[in-house]
Amino acid sequence: MSPLSTLTPPTVKKPSPARSRIRGGARYAPTLATLGLFIAMFAVGAGMYPSFLSGQVFLNLFIDNTFLIVLAVGMTFVILTGGIDLSVGAVVALSMMVSATLLQHGWNPAAVIILVLLIGGGLGLLMGLIIQYFDIQPFIVTLAGMFLARGLCYVISLDSIPVTDEFFTNMAQAQIPLPGDLFVSPGVLLALAIVAIAFFVLHHTRFGRTVYAIGGNEHSAMLMGLAVTRTKILVYALSGLCSAIAGILFSFYSLSGYSLAAQGMELDAIAAVVIGGTLLTGGTGYVLGSVVGVLVLGIVQTFIAYDGTLSSWWTKIVIGGLLLVFILLQRLFARRA
Amino acid sequence: MKSLMKNRIAWPVIALTLLLLLNQIFRPDFLSLRMQDGHLYGSIIDIMRNGAPTILIALGMTLVIATRGIDLSVGAVVAIAGAASCAYIVASPEPASPVTAATAVLIAVIAGLLLGVWNGFLVSTIGVQPIIATLVLMTAGRGIAQLITGGQIISVSNDSYKSIGAGYLLTLPISILITAAVFVLAAVLTRRTALGTLIEAVGINPVASRLAGIRARNIIWIVYVFSAACAAIAGLMISSNVTAADANNAGLYIEMDAILAVVIGGTSLAGGRYTLVGTVVGAFIIQTLTTTVYTLGIPPEVTLVFKALVVITVCLLQAPKARNLLRNLKAGPKPGSKKPDSKELGSKEKVAV
Amino acid sequence: MNEIVPVVEMTDIAIGFPGVKALDGVDFRLFQGEVHALMGENGAGKSTLIKALTGVYTIDSGTITVLGAPQQFSTPAESQAAGISTVYQEVNLCTNLTVEENVLLGREPRRRGTIDWKGVRSRTREVLAELHLGHVDPGSLLSSHSIAVQQLIAIARSVEINAKVLILDEPTSSLDADEVNQLFRVIRDLRDRGVAILFVSHFLEQVYEISDRMTVLRNGKLVGEYMTRDLSRMELISRMIGKDMEALAELDHAPARTRAGSAAGLPPFLETSGLGRKGSVSNVDLSIYPGEVVGLAGLLGAGRTEIARLIFGADRADEGSLKIKGDSQKLRSPRTAIDKRIGFCSEDRKEEGLIGDLSVRDNLVLAMQASKGWARRIPRRVQDELVAEYIATLDIRPANPDALIRNLSGGNQQKVLLARWLVTSPELLILDEPTRGIDIGAKTQIQKLVNKLADEGMSILFISSELEEVLRLSDRIAVIKDRAMVAEIKNDDVSVEDVMTVIAGGAQ
Repeated sequence: MSPLSTLTPPTVKKPSPARSRIRGGARYAPTLATLGLFIAMFAVGAGMYPSFLSGQVFLNLFIDNTFLIVLAVGMTFVILTGGIDLSVGAVVALSMMVSATLLQHGWNPAAVIILVLLIGGGLGLLMGLIIQYFDIQPFIVTLAGMFLARGLCYVISLDSIPVTDEFFTNMAQAQIPLPGDLFVSPGVLLALAIVAIAFFVLHHTRFGRTVYAIGGNEHSAMLMGLAVTRTKILVYALSGLCSAIAGILFSFYSLSGYSLAAQGMELDAIAAVVIGGTLLTGGTGYVLGSVVGVLVLGIVQTFIAYDGTLSSWWTKIVIGGLLLVFILLQRLFARRA
Repeated sequence: MKSLMKNRIAWPVIALTLLLLLNQIFRPDFLSLRMQDGHLYGSIIDIMRNGAPTILIALGMTLVIATRGIDLSVGAVVAIAGAASCAYIVASPEPASPVTAATAVLIAVIAGLLLGVWNGFLVSTIGVQPIIATLVLMTAGRGIAQLITGGQIISVSNDSYKSIGAGYLLTLPISILITAAVFVLAAVLTRRTALGTLIEAVGINPVASRLAGIRARNIIWIVYVFSAACAAIAGLMISSNVTAADANNAGLYIEMDAILAVVIGGTSLAGGRYTLVGTVVGAFIIQTLTTTVYTLGIPPEVTLVFKALVVITVCLLQAPKARNLLRNLKAGPKPGSKKPDSKELGSKEKVAV
Repeated sequence: MNEIVPVVEMTDIAIGFPGVKALDGVDFRLFQGEVHALMGENGAGKSTLIKALTGVYTIDSGTITVLGAPQQFSTPAESQAAGISTVYQEVNLCTNLTVEENVLLGREPRRRGTIDWKGVRSRTREVLAELHLGHVDPGSLLSSHSIAVQQLIAIARSVEINAKVLILDEPTSSLDADEVNQLFRVIRDLRDRGVAILFVSHFLEQVYEISDRMTVLRNGKLVGEYMTRDLSRMELISRMIGKDMEALAELDHAPARTRAGSAAGLPPFLETSGLGRKGSVSNVDLSIYPGEVVGLAGLLGAGRTEIARLIFGADRADEGSLKIKGDSQKLRSPRTAIDKRIGFCSEDRKEEGLIGDLSVRDNLVLAMQASKGWARRIPRRVQDELVAEYIATLDIRPANPDALIRNLSGGNQQKVLLARWLVTSPELLILDEPTRGIDIGAKTQIQKLVNKLADEGMSILFISSELEEVLRLSDRIAVIKDRAMVAEIKNDDVSVEDVMTVIAGGAQ
């Protein structure tokens, strides 16, 4: 037996540094592509409409999409594990309905918000438990969750309920001034804070890394002794919580509760996540990418608003098209690997 | 096999019977039919007529689900088909002629077929997960429908067109007859050819099917095309019934109802054996549920909550884990020994996007 | 050999799955500083034993003692906490994450609940350096490395937790010779540092090269525990397949068979040269003449099924060539092979053969129907005739065409699957373990059928782990060892022992 000291270094086939750099960069490629797309769209917009090139137009992308950013954050967690959550739009509507009704009945806004967060998180937790313990496909469970949440909206009221609460109206009108005559809404700060927290959780905690590991290979994650069951359930609870927060942000934005609100918003959230570079099979993606995905969706809308001749439905078609392109790109990547 | 098939349809049939009886108790004239102006009227006829689009879509969905797939885009296809036909009628020089109506129908059906080809292409050739592939059309489809209608609700006045959804033939509503015809077509298409067997083989055991030489690609393509065609006809029915195309709301959530009908009817979401009769019964149950909610004086808003609970219950009953749990409860608790289930044993196979 | 307390001691272990006793009263001991090979054919219970030790399965009875402390594992995490670490064949790491994350996943050094990435980096560097993997960038994606390096990184993970026991389950199956040497260097290094290593491999030569002791299992039971140097290859094989030497010598020699095909000067139906697939099998030179039965002999897991799959197009070959009736062919899918009149009965009836929820009739005509396409349904009358004919000739019971196939016994299921191919009148029929797990009556019937089909001019590739059966039926025997074809023997006056000598031979 050769003693340790005389062992020669093994001759491992070493990938050339250049190649490994490309491989390493490939991790960020989809997200960078989306960022490039966003910048290009912004540049084109600026070229076509002089007023496009303003800081406020950029900030408005955030102001008008706070709720979508928060939804996309929750959806990123779910998709990273390889799951999907179709209930988010309906939970947003339910959160809006609950807060609008309770505020109408004179509840304290703080109590309302806490209750809404509990409902959202609780619904998510329930779906996660069913998915995990009964081994039913996530899409069917969250589809049922969508039914349930939307149905509860109808039960509360079929009509739009206005929100007149002082705190909510203040939040709707508040502008936080920034240098250069710019401003953002408080909701933007909240949404960005949530993004920051999500980024931190995903990249600097064991829970976050377990989310990635599950998406990479659930079986391996289990064999490595990671807390697979707990993580998978928590991810849906988180998504439910994010939906509830998004619902409150949407209430700040629209100052009403309406049972038909946020229809199809789950699709926007999924599209933002996918366009932001997260693989639908899980394991790869970044929450910051999802934010860029939301911005891309936002700029599509802005474009259409600026153009004036294009109608709103082009948004849906363009989103569908982008979704398709990115899914095909993912497929291409998967085949290469 | 006989007993299995019996079992499979027995439960939905019993459920439907109970529902109908419940209605009969609360509204004694519920089951009665009457003839008026040569047309048959009655609650049952209403249920069938209102349920016709759901039944159609559920038939297509059944075959898709049997191959282990899912089609989320049917609602969008409904909207596109309605939009295409109404837009054509409005724009044509003779918006009231039967020929125009026939052409409109043809256009809608061809549109449906093309959309189905598209879904089938993504699933079978590119290999995108069905749920994701059809999500693309679900997202973009309503936009396309709005593009066709120009964002307006297009109203048409064409008697021939109106008759698709609201007309009568031989005392029966035409929509019921169309649905029956599609049902017969589906039954013949799958059982007179080998399609049904091959669909089931692919759904039950894709690996063994490949080794037996079945070309799953063609089979999968066919089911998506059929599903979209059914959705297109349903779209015609829905728009004809209100003589208008509403790109936003036509067929909204109908994919959910269709999936629900398939599952209640006894076809497992895991794919494999399917039953078209079961699906029809399942769709009737859903439609009767809606009617029952009215009959019992329950606020109609609750229907959706009710449906959600039904979906969850049925899925739980179908889930192998839940069944094992029930069985264990009956058999008494076993010492906490863990046995490998297929999920743990098999190395995780990545679902291709 | 250290005659001290074993690091792992498993006594009287039993595990049952519905219908099978996977392990039955097995004892196992693993000592510090040894490489211990766990030997046995597929299905002998090796994987089950490993999974019991790693907490993937819970044992029904028996005791597991690790470092003197009795243990009851019910999750992999518990087993790991007790110092047992496993590297599986398919490398159970996450390829979407970086090397350092894979080394430390779930055990990252933390500061106030937050992962200390600098600590992760430096700890990974230390561990990689210990395994002479200093050149691997800890921040690179795992997927950018070869399987061999991934495997070493999986070992690095075990080293990191200071595992007392390292289980290597088929670690070499997809490595080339250099990579195997590199792995063995690391294994010896770890052994010398006192790690107890459990090594599982189908490669006999590797087992003899690396292991100090071995435990042999057969059919879920313990055969024995041996010093590797005291047990010859012949003795090992006979223990694995359960025949002792004298019994083998006494076995009737199969009558030599000469069949029409090659004698009559017909060209071979199938001819392969250097056929292989990376990570599967290599170097298959096989020719099968019409009317000839060629047997594949070799231990289970030696690569027999892999060869069958290549010939049937179920896996695509990436080296060598394949000719059918003299024409070069690329078999891209089973469909192509079937069109060339090849049929294949898989060894895995349940997963790869049966369409469980369909009837006997549907299963029987499936391949024929698939050839015709969906639109041209085989008329019911024709189906009835075919089904009735084969139910009668093969004596399929119950003789009910509408019975669901999953309700039939194994033997009858196998007959239906045979009939599925026979109705397509193939020119080459590949039978992979057609008689495994079926009753003796059905077994004899199938053997007779093979004879009859060959007499009628069909080519047959016959795979079975029962050497007697292979000898009795085959005209020629191809010997498979360590995932390659090593010899071809003409079956005249060949005994089971002769074949086993060929299997045991090789590197010596």
